[in-house]
Amino acid sequence: MGLNRKDVLGLQELTAEEIQLILDTAVPMKDILSREIKKVPTLRGKVVATLFYEPSTRTRMSFELAAKYMGADTMSLAVATSSVQKGESFRDTAQTIESMGVDTVILRHSVSGSAQYLAKIVKASVINGGDGTREHPTQALLDMFTIREKRGSFAGMKVVILGDILHSRVARSNIWGLTKMGAEVRVVGPPTLMPPEIDKLGVKVYYQAEDALEGADVINVLRLQLERQQKGLFPTVREYHQLYGLTPARLKLARPDALVLHPGPMNRGVEIAPEVADSPQSTIVEQVANGVAIRMALLYLLMEGGSSSEGIS
Amino acid sequence: MKVLVKGGRVIDPANGLDLVADVLIDQGKIAAIIPDGQSQADAAGGADKNPSAEVTVIEATGKLIVPGLIDMHVHLREPGFERKETIASGTRAAARGGFTSVVCMPNTQPVADNRAVIEFIINQARSTGVVNVYPIGAITKGSRGEELSEMADLAAGGAIAFSDDGRPVMNAQIMRLALEYAKIGDWLIIPHCEDLNLSAEGQMNEGYWAMLLGLKGIPAVAEEAMIARDLMLAEMTGSRLHIAHVSTAGSVQLIREAKKRGIRVSAEVTPHHLVLTDEAVASFSTSTKVNPPLRSEKDRLALLEGLADGTIEVIATDHAPHTLEEKDCEYNYAPFGISGLETAVPLVWSELIEKKVISLEKLIACLTVNPARILGLAKGSLGIGEEADLTIIDPEMEQIVRVDDFVSQGKNSPFDGWQLKGWPVATIVKGRVVMKNGQV
Amino acid sequence: MVTKTKAEIMDEDRIRRTIIRIAHEVIERNRGVKDLVLVGIRRRGVPLAERIGRGIQEIEGERVPIGILDITLYRDDLTTIGPQPMVQQTKIPVDITGKTIVLVDDVLYTGRTVRAALDALMDLGRPKKILLAVLIDRGHRELPIRADFVGRNVPTSKREIVHVKLKEIDGEDRVIIEETNRLFNQPYN
Repeated sequence: MGLNRKDVLGLQELTAEEIQLILDTAVPMKDILSREIKKVPTLRGKVVATLFYEPSTRTRMSFELAAKYMGADTMSLAVATSSVQKGESFRDTAQTIESMGVDTVILRHSVSGSAQYLAKIVKASVINGGDGTREHPTQALLDMFTIREKRGSFAGMKVVILGDILHSRVARSNIWGLTKMGAEVRVVGPPTLMPPEIDKLGVKVYYQAEDALEGADVINVLRLQLERQQKGLFPTVREYHQLYGLTPARLKLARPDALVLHPGPMNRGVEIAPEVADSPQSTIVEQVANGVAIRMALLYLLMEGGSSSEGIS
Repeated sequence: MKVLVKGGRVIDPANGLDLVADVLIDQGKIAAIIPDGQSQADAAGGADKNPSAEVTVIEATGKLIVPGLIDMHVHLREPGFERKETIASGTRAAARGGFTSVVCMPNTQPVADNRAVIEFIINQARSTGVVNVYPIGAITKGSRGEELSEMADLAAGGAIAFSDDGRPVMNAQIMRLALEYAKIGDWLIIPHCEDLNLSAEGQMNEGYWAMLLGLKGIPAVAEEAMIARDLMLAEMTGSRLHIAHVSTAGSVQLIREAKKRGIRVSAEVTPHHLVLTDEAVASFSTSTKVNPPLRSEKDRLALLEGLADGTIEVIATDHAPHTLEEKDCEYNYAPFGISGLETAVPLVWSELIEKKVISLEKLIACLTVNPARILGLAKGSLGIGEEADLTIIDPEMEQIVRVDDFVSQGKNSPFDGWQLKGWPVATIVKGRVVMKNGQV
Repeated sequence: MVTKTKAEIMDEDRIRRTIIRIAHEVIERNRGVKDLVLVGIRRRGVPLAERIGRGIQEIEGERVPIGILDITLYRDDLTTIGPQPMVQQTKIPVDITGKTIVLVDDVLYTGRTVRAALDALMDLGRPKKILLAVLIDRGHRELPIRADFVGRNVPTSKREIVHVKLKEIDGEDRVIIEETNRLFNQPYN
């Protein structure tokens, strides 16, 4: 068992078996979160660094907690407080971090492919904490963990991803992961926020929220970046909400027990109505805890191992 | 001083020659082409009459002797960006790549939008360059697309065509004016066709791979809409247009139709667009970042077809060197461009000749007489009495591309590590051997 | 690695009788079943704990809580082995604070598994006492750890593997010794 790889850069590269293993490993990790002593010594002496070129409080906190619960030490480098702003190159920053003895680097970056780039530069493990509009694997894994915890499996599940698909790394990672696990994925949003040829990833494309929501088991609502409106990609937030906002009426089109996921932070009243966000069908709060468990699992599974497979007794 | 290039297969599309022969060069001019079988004495005939003159013999048996190759689209970066490339290093890269003439774009610093810069380039090339350099002048001041530059003065200073390459002339009225004004000297306008609103923030070709990689796409229509506009303006004005770096199937079709309608248009394609597709970007290697972007396989096949049916008559590298530091960064932050001079010949040989896409004669024409005619240069032919620019190509030579061996300062090549066949082995400019066996 | 079966040291009957004896000893030592919790170490400690629990129930007529302990995250060799062993859930149905815990495992060898188990238990609460029951003690301790209840002491060489097979996992009940051609740690089960 174990992920026989140095890095986790996306779900595109993971097999169904590897995804299964990560989800399975997160189950005992989640138990640790509810203990009084939320710490295991597994990663004692290891250093996990978060390198964030984009502001994100929750993802960074989640990774740092996960690392600490696993017994690792953490350090964080955020763009606002580092030499990055003084124009240090990405390579120099990466090499500096590595020379401090870091074992795992969590990277968040606004440019797609930066995680691949970092993985080539450093010997340390790299976990992609979100790169541009490409992938956000840990978010998708925690979404999948949440779905599996509530529904048991993915096979045949109708999962709707609703919103700005074009700019969403969460959507791409979810599509990779869910389709590999046998779910039926529907993507829906305005055509101007739908990447061309996304149907080639094995998803059904909708432009009408009502059509996509019909009979859905899971609805993953994406955060709408309000600056997209300034670029003219949709006319107004008001019209967006009218067409694509997940309202109680629209939620009724899905199965009565449909789950509502949102990666956060939410724009209440824009992509999701407050009544839906706070409804019993919403898993938004649980997703946060599950995120820590998933990240603990990944940190464990990427731990450097030797070549022997001998045990102790 | 004489040079005898011996025993090669001479291919000269301008004169319809394809024979095994010796080429005798005297005083920097083609003195004779002596078909195989005629006596050695005849071959070196001149030497007998003038015993004091030395004859340098270059053995070319089994190799191709072709007119010196012309690259009508390079960026030499000087003045202003000498860390990327200089006229000295860029012309050496050209020589190593088998090119005897290069035509350089005006997006230097300052922009070649005034006669002084054009003259500087010509003088600098004369003193530091090793191949012929022909500068292109800017269409508009600062290539900002707002006001026409002093095109007549630029032409008088030595500019052989006009382009704002690197940037489109977004304003249709300015492009119309440029085309009309070009009638003064029947000057050639070389537009960089890209609608900036459609391509804004784009990093690669829009399509499946951009979707997959999460990189902002540059749609094919950003190029095609602009080509369509410029073709219509060329039709209206009757002026000459040469479309730089054509990259999409739609563009090829537009140009094909325009030619049928009698519009005075020619077009070029780069080796990298003929060989690579946007799938190459999946590596996130910034050496695949180029403008126009690497397109889809469908586009690539259409480019090959366009070359085969004569819609596209020129192969040009769009040699765009950058420093290592500029390219060693996140994909979005890297500048566009591929260092192309030193891989062009083996790339097109491997892709077009080995795979039998076009004939050898046609390929050589695309690199010699065709660009010469479009530019109005007395080059690209092995006619007796013409300046002796020659390239010798070894069609059997196979080697691995190593960017570390590039003499260009720009090591930004996506072909590093590729095994390619058909390399230039000698470059002769005005009778002088400037490259032999890869050494400049 | 070449292995060959050298000897069968326990059969089904003997295992059964041994477990009954251990059940008696546990009750005796604890003077009943008050505050007693049996905790099996994954994997083969778990069915053994269940069997001891059933034995206790037959004798005392009372069910003793039985827990499952996964020690993977507490192993001291995670960075030297690879790939990582699968982590599974630890399930202990009661709060262990103030309880007498009987840790159950199949084979006691170097003592490292027990060390990990002790640490894992301590993170779950503060038991009054922890005792250790093993089916086989094969010697070669590397830590100052001893068992309180031993099914059988089996002197072994380090080239040997003691293989406990249990019906719940292996389909049969027997304990065998296998010999290998190299030094080998008792496999982690």
